[in-house]
Amino acid sequence: MSTIATLRKGEIGYISEESLDFIPLKLLEMGCLPGAEVQLVQIAPLKDPIYICVNGSHLAIRKETASKIIILKANL
Amino acid sequence: MSKNDIKVALIGNPNTGKTSLFNQLTGLNQKVGNYPGVTVDKKQGTSKLSATQNAIITDLPGTYSINPTSMDESIVLKTLLKKDIKESPDVILVVADIENLKRNLLLFSQIKDLEIPTVLAINMVDQMHRKGITIDLSLLKKELNTEVVLISARKNEGIEDVKAAIIRCHVAAKASPLCGIDHKIDPDYFAKLKEISPNYSLYELWLMVTQNNYPETVTKEEKEKLLAFKKDVSKLKKYQHKETIYRYQEINKILKKTYIVDKSKATDLRGQLDRIFTHKFFGYFFFTLLLLVIFQSVFDWASVPMDFIDATFAEIADFAKSNLPSGMLTNLLTEGIIPGIGGVIIFIPQIAILFLFIAVLEETGYMSRVVFLMDKIMRRFGMNGKSIIPLISGTACAIPAIMATRTIASWKERLITILVVPFTTCSARLPVYAILISLIIPDKKIFGFLNLQGLVLLSLYALGFATAIIAAYILHKTLKIKSKSFFVVEMPNYKLPSVKNVFFEVVEKTKSFVLEAGKIILALSIILWFLASNGSSSFDNAEKNTVENVANQNLSDQELQQKIASARLENSYIGVLGKTIEPAIRPLGYDWKIGIALITSFAAREVFVGTLATIYSVEADDENTSTIKEKMQSEINPETGKKRFNFPVGMSLMVFYAFAMQCMATLAIVKRETKTWKWPLIQLFGMGLLAYVASFITFQILS
Repeated sequence: MSTIATLRKGEIGYISEESLDFIPLKLLEMGCLPGAEVQLVQIAPLKDPIYICVNGSHLAIRKETASKIIILKANL
Repeated sequence: MSKNDIKVALIGNPNTGKTSLFNQLTGLNQKVGNYPGVTVDKKQGTSKLSATQNAIITDLPGTYSINPTSMDESIVLKTLLKKDIKESPDVILVVADIENLKRNLLLFSQIKDLEIPTVLAINMVDQMHRKGITIDLSLLKKELNTEVVLISARKNEGIEDVKAAIIRCHVAAKASPLCGIDHKIDPDYFAKLKEISPNYSLYELWLMVTQNNYPETVTKEEKEKLLAFKKDVSKLKKYQHKETIYRYQEINKILKKTYIVDKSKATDLRGQLDRIFTHKFFGYFFFTLLLLVIFQSVFDWASVPMDFIDATFAEIADFAKSNLPSGMLTNLLTEGIIPGIGGVIIFIPQIAILFLFIAVLEETGYMSRVVFLMDKIMRRFGMNGKSIIPLISGTACAIPAIMATRTIASWKERLITILVVPFTTCSARLPVYAILISLIIPDKKIFGFLNLQGLVLLSLYALGFATAIIAAYILHKTLKIKSKSFFVVEMPNYKLPSVKNVFFEVVEKTKSFVLEAGKIILALSIILWFLASNGSSSFDNAEKNTVENVANQNLSDQELQQKIASARLENSYIGVLGKTIEPAIRPLGYDWKIGIALITSFAAREVFVGTLATIYSVEADDENTSTIKEKMQSEINPETGKKRFNFPVGMSLMVFYAFAMQCMATLAIVKRETKTWKWPLIQLFGMGLLAYVASFITFQILS
């Protein structure tokens, strides 16, 4: 199963409907909506947190949160 | 404030240029105060809207929604829900960033549903063309059913339009909601909720339920009914999720018609800069380099104005002494009040320079990258990436540093950060370190270029930072607080800092330091002066007794005066106090005179130098105008016949000052931020104990 945490640098995915229950309200409000395109921009030097671009927002989130958000990878 | 003034609340996401707009609207007519009953700073300013109309503008903390996760954000909710005629805003001014309009409109849609007249100011439109964005303004106004203004706050464009829109909006009738949530999610549920009270909009009632926040005006009966809705928590959560998605659907529909982005025109400076600043090697390298530059500047640049302030206050005191009639009042002025004020003013240069750097780093967007770099490291010690900003600010002053923890969402991480911040070497320790180092460390070079004194100072800073980290780790392992660690940080686009914003920020922070710490330091100087110039009967008889005691010693008049002064000090209230604690501090290498300085500097560390100056100058004869350093240098330990401030004593004192919680203003702030005396008392005794043990060990090993 792919999550935001399993994306590689530069890779793009789409947030799946089934992850809705696991996305914290805060992230939802910042644009992490089901169906939204999410790109992994950077990984912090110590492998955590990660820097993503979703729905036009550039956000840093921890891997723990990212691993709960299921995605469908593009170009699979 | 007149009755006709329009009360405007300024709201927006972080990094939208909200502060720029506030500065443009209010200029120098700004005031910082406290929200009644809450501990967060309230920034307010007056703006002249037209020839006859003024507005009182309140700048609220940046937030992504009115469902708060941090203390800063909860202020926004509280202000908006307050159904108090005096406090509640007439018009809300929402600031949005042209580039992130979609996300910004989420907050706007929530505010609009509160049915308060709202103006939307879309900022940074000067970059519209470069980013390939086009907007259909008139259609957007119609779709959002509100006043929309395009502005560029940094370039001072569109500010007059904002003012006009506020007036129009204020005159217009009651506003209508943008996204009626009632019929979209669970119509029956929301219909029942709405029945509770006709005095509130549906969205207000919904917020009271979900946020567990009830304005004073809610009746007991209404509150009971609202509480009944709270029972099914999972349902609430589900509906909140649905609500957010529904809002985004509506926003997307509107933006599709009115907002077009041609991505091919966008440049990618952000990506390139991020590659450097968050690089696994260069990222940390650049951050370290930056810290070195900051500290170098704080000490180098600040020393010139600090020396000037020091000299000026000494001159003022001298001038007052020689020109005012001698007496109690003059003494109070020259020995208590003037040095007291000087002791506060002298820190302004250092604090201003440090806050200048912090403001610039925040403005450019670099701070978010530091947070990103440091999160994993800080987490190991029970804090999070955002804790790095308070820890850096702490090197200027713990007070604003502790206030800067308000953005940390997790209570445990925030509390740990608050508790360890006082270990970082604040500028009040600097005068203590500076004088002790110059007394006990020889001024020589090692390896030909490193200054030994500078190196010792640097290790004291390292000691403070290391202790903060270790203390955080211990607290992390011992504190049993359940608090979900949640971390989302926006990485804003890089920007050139605005001179105006940086200027206002530095002025405001420095001012709040002077007012917060200044009151305490000044009050203490006066108390200290009183305690040193008064005492019980043996104090009053000191002169007579001394003259009798030395009657057949044939002393010169000068020697006699010195003996009298010594006896007076020893028998003053403060002298008695110092003597009382002497047995306890003897193992650390201190005598009762140092003890006095220790006691007084529990209120504020920098008082240490001033106290010794007072003590030794009360003792000294009038013609001796040597500096405090010379006085300390020549102070003799009567037991050994050697210098009082030798290497072991000096080191022991520096270690004591590195660890002890000697700052009343900080304790007061910690009390305010944690809402209990428990944590400041733990800080006071915990750090005090550590200081005692550590300086005991230092002294015993070295001597």
